[in-house]
Amino acid sequence: MTKYAFYPGCSLETGGIEYGMSSHAVAEALGIELLEVPDWNCCGASSAHMTDHLLSLALPARILALAETLPVDEIVAPCAACHARFAAVEYELGRDEELKQKVNSLLERPYTGKVKLRYYLDIFSNSETLAEIEKKVKKPLKGLKVACYYGCLFVKPPKIVNFVDDPEDPQSMDNIIRALGAEPVQWPYKTECCGASLGVTLEDHCTKLCNDILRFARDSGADCIAAACPLCQANLDMRQVTVEKKYGVSYRMPIPFFTQLIGLALGLDPKTLGFPKLFVDPVSMLKKVGVA
Amino acid sequence: MGEVNLSQVMDRNRSFVDRVIEESGQDIRQCYQCAKCSGGCPGSSAMDYPPNQIIRMLMLGMKEEVLKSHTIWVCMGCNTCTTRCIRDIQVAAVMDTLRQEAVRAGYVDKAKLVLSFNESFLWTVRTFGRLFEPGMAMINNLKTGNFMKDMQFGLPLMLKGKASMFPHRIKGRREMKKIFEKVQGGK
Repeated sequence: MTKYAFYPGCSLETGGIEYGMSSHAVAEALGIELLEVPDWNCCGASSAHMTDHLLSLALPARILALAETLPVDEIVAPCAACHARFAAVEYELGRDEELKQKVNSLLERPYTGKVKLRYYLDIFSNSETLAEIEKKVKKPLKGLKVACYYGCLFVKPPKIVNFVDDPEDPQSMDNIIRALGAEPVQWPYKTECCGASLGVTLEDHCTKLCNDILRFARDSGADCIAAACPLCQANLDMRQVTVEKKYGVSYRMPIPFFTQLIGLALGLDPKTLGFPKLFVDPVSMLKKVGVA
Repeated sequence: MGEVNLSQVMDRNRSFVDRVIEESGQDIRQCYQCAKCSGGCPGSSAMDYPPNQIIRMLMLGMKEEVLKSHTIWVCMGCNTCTTRCIRDIQVAAVMDTLRQEAVRAGYVDKAKLVLSFNESFLWTVRTFGRLFEPGMAMINNLKTGNFMKDMQFGLPLMLKGKASMFPHRIKGRREMKKIFEKVQGGK
């Protein structure tokens, strides 16, 4: 059984709870073991790296150090922002022994770098697991058109965050969607920014960016946008009604997480996968694949 | 921007520019103004100077103009600029350094919303160990005076089981407090 340290991050227990529910359900069905990092803290996200360089490294380094107590070689973070903070620790502390010591002097348990960061999508899109998914698909998502939306920080900047996917036209999620029997649409906004925390600090601009993404997805013929980052998902799903009001449009575009789609194809119950937690009603999409 | 005597400005602010290079670890002098960073920037339409101009202004030592700009607070850190820079400059990392410099130098007029968001966010992390969104939103709204901001989402989030009334407290809270105290000088 493949084992990974699993860092849910604050979102997977709150706003992105369906990402956590579906991740666990799908992992179990595929024989992947996700071991939660004990007593994990918040990675600090953009608030920490806007505030203090050392703080922005110490918070995620504490988590990585705790992951080293688990019997694993790799850690995954389903949230792109958390992933990017872990990547920054690996990159910066891996190149600067003095900085590593400085960060470790702040921690009770030192970070050694023993547990390596793995790109979350990659634990499903690697050829072995993809073959396993294809084998276990019970309800192919025939006819469902999916706009794959990766989130900036999983793929950018490639030198720091990952080495397995193209930052301008990533394919890992597209390959997963294809394995489920659905059709990934060609569209230009796969990695465009949703505005992230500008939803709180500069809402008008965030609304504009989300409108662009939703419009392109609709015009590309997508039935839904599959998300890989809980912040992107919240902006597109929860704030969609704000976008529709401001621009006088109606998208009603469901924004499931890619793990929820894997779960559907594996024949898992939409409730277990957290579909009722989505703000934009996914019923049209579920009907199309014959599960509602 | 008005008139600026560049050679005088450059001399006066050389130490500032050197510090930005040192802190960010990015040699901005490598920039030759191809402007790919600005072409792909999702924030540029809301900025007063696009990212390539900020880099050029930095090279010219225009400290005040840069630190007073809207640009550094609109940047979301999506790293599109860093990804596309053909001179290998991590532009988003420079923006992080500039935000920290602006706070240090007291240029916070245009940053009030971002700073109060960051402070509210980090207060909950420092106190509980994890982000507590209802607490963060409440503190943030009190700080900004925008009391109803995003409150329409509160009840639906609770009803969907996506927000809890109470924070989760981690065991390592003392360690968290220590980290914050050491990096921020006991603030």
